[in-house]
Amino acid sequence: MVRSMSEWKFTSKEFTQIPEKFASGHRACAGCGPAVALRLIMKAARGPIIATNATGCMEVVSTIYPYTSWNIPWIHTAFETAAANAAGIESAIKILRKKGRIKDEHVDVVAFAGDGGTFDIGFQALSGAVERGHDFLYVLYDNEAYMNTGIQRSGGTPHGAWTTTSPAGKVIPGKAEHKKPIADIMVAHEMPYVATANIAYWKDLVVKARKGMEVNGPAFLHTFAPCPRGWRSETGKSVEIARLATETCVFPLWEAEYGEYKLSSPSKVIALKPEKKKPVDVYLKTQGRFRHLFKPENKQVLEDIQSEVDRRWQKLLKACDMA
Amino acid sequence: MAKVEQKTVPLNGDNAVALAVKQCDVDVVAAYPITPQTIIVEKFSEYVADGEVDTAFVCVESEHTAMACSITASATGARVFTATASAGLALMHEMLGVASGCRAPIVMSVVNRALSAPINIHCDHSDAMSERDIGWLQIYAENSQEAYDSIIQAFKIAENLDVILPTMVGLDGFVLSHTLENVEVLPDQAVKNFVGTRQVPQVMNHKGDIVPFKLDPANPLTIGPLDLHDYYFEHKRQQEESMRKALEVIKKVHADYAKLSGRSYGNGLVEAYKLDDAEIAVVCIGSTAGTVKTVVDELREKGIKAGLLRLRTFRPLPVEDIVSNLAGKKAVAVMDRACSFGGNGGPLFHEIRHSVYDLADRPQLVNYIYGLGGRDIPPKLINRIYSTLQKIAQTGQVDKPIQFLGLRE
Repeated sequence: MVRSMSEWKFTSKEFTQIPEKFASGHRACAGCGPAVALRLIMKAARGPIIATNATGCMEVVSTIYPYTSWNIPWIHTAFETAAANAAGIESAIKILRKKGRIKDEHVDVVAFAGDGGTFDIGFQALSGAVERGHDFLYVLYDNEAYMNTGIQRSGGTPHGAWTTTSPAGKVIPGKAEHKKPIADIMVAHEMPYVATANIAYWKDLVVKARKGMEVNGPAFLHTFAPCPRGWRSETGKSVEIARLATETCVFPLWEAEYGEYKLSSPSKVIALKPEKKKPVDVYLKTQGRFRHLFKPENKQVLEDIQSEVDRRWQKLLKACDMA
Repeated sequence: MAKVEQKTVPLNGDNAVALAVKQCDVDVVAAYPITPQTIIVEKFSEYVADGEVDTAFVCVESEHTAMACSITASATGARVFTATASAGLALMHEMLGVASGCRAPIVMSVVNRALSAPINIHCDHSDAMSERDIGWLQIYAENSQEAYDSIIQAFKIAENLDVILPTMVGLDGFVLSHTLENVEVLPDQAVKNFVGTRQVPQVMNHKGDIVPFKLDPANPLTIGPLDLHDYYFEHKRQQEESMRKALEVIKKVHADYAKLSGRSYGNGLVEAYKLDDAEIAVVCIGSTAGTVKTVVDELREKGIKAGLLRLRTFRPLPVEDIVSNLAGKKAVAVMDRACSFGGNGGPLFHEIRHSVYDLADRPQLVNYIYGLGGRDIPPKLINRIYSTLQKIAQTGQVDKPIQFLGLRE
């Protein structure tokens, strides 16, 4: 059970002194949210750890041969295989330890994948690995489009957003569909631990990452991570923008242990004091990908976004017994 | 190594493969069911459920995941097996190249079956032939005994530090997979001793340290990185070099295994049957060779100098053995159980004709595409091939270099 996990206590100073497992010098863009997420999550490691990455920005920027940012064993195979890779590593470790060929008492396995590799092409492998109960942490770093290939829409792209395959055209104003509720879908797998996290709330993020590693069985961490290139936002504002996503309830923070939802502090504050909930416009205005929505003719899209955010927020409050 | 006592067990090809895998002390099996391979996965599940193996069995949700799981388990240092057929192999295609590129010495049995569409569950070689250039060793069995023997050899070949490449062992769907045959089975301990424990090579990591080539928290290594213009080509060249080295390794492992079991299949690369003094010859792969041998025997009784060259190893292609065995023959027919649509004959024909091109006394060559979707290949059709070869040998004329055999047209 998740509840029996050790409480990890640390000061900010202590945290900064943890050696980097995801080293600097990689080729991520200025203001890259996923790079921040990976660095923080790797600092949450509790011991021996092996990581795997889906094809995507983080794989590409961190490993151009013969260089690597990974101070831990790391493997990449393909785009849709992050969860399958983790399953193979975890299965091998278990049996090799049983046979006395691996000495480590425990090795954590963490899989990193973007929204394309998770919502879309890697979803089958993820669902299968979770159903089989492999002991691993799956980290979705969600920058809401296929950024590595040049900003194409994914199942994680929000409604109304411009991407190169959901352009803001004369007839269709950006992506027509709402974002797939991927974390809720993972909760529906009745898995031990699912959480949402945000690079703007780093302490909440690293504690959740640690929990995901500690839990016996599969854990899923949906991490919100802005992409200035794809979002057409200022490189110095990624953390501010990410914080607005939670303050507007576009991306609320919560945990679910065996299907039991619980709001995390940044969102709980809003649940207790609804006047703190900011309107979505405040968030949308920070990003060029939503610019077209502020034209008079697209007013309806803005209203649709607000009403869908409100509807999902209310649903979440009900799930958390806070409605 | 002395020959060991063996027992005779009636097994179909799939069960023979499952038994061989059980005896090889495999660490991880990740597999998905597909006809006609299913019996392998079922039988292995029984071994697991009954505690007869010390193996992590990952019953995955697709062949794509089966191969991804196999690659990373192998990269963690495990001995890994999987099995598939037809559409399953096609679904794995992307990951097959990753397996060979990541130098994961996985062993996989491919129970050869036609590719869709139209959907067909029966034997041909279109599945494995479509993976010809993906960087896997390919060994094809003639019967279930050889399937059993080849699986055991395959682990030792794939994991050899001069090779470290994934290896597929082909056996013909239904013809072998579902047909009972008396199989000589080695004692468990003899197989365990023969294959040993998997070893990994030492490589240099990004810090310049020499570390074991595996995912090991004590010795961090980045496997499967982005690899662009400056190194990719060299890495591919290394793969090809290992393929070339595999030729000798296959022969050596095959010879060692022959001492242990008393069974051999030519030199492990090719098997020549009554070929030395033959004037006309057939070249084929897989179970069809059994039927061809019967026809050769009958023809020999009639005084016709017929022979057979069976390719046991298709990748790496044993060019020297092909050339030396076919030099001086008057006419040779290459039988392809796959069609290279729009090509100049079937895939095996390409390889054989290309290999003998430089011979001053190269034989006349014809190609027969046969048996697609499990179409039977009875002795009378093989007799027809040899009749044609006799005619070619007499006249020196080839009327139709590429023909379809046993087809309604």
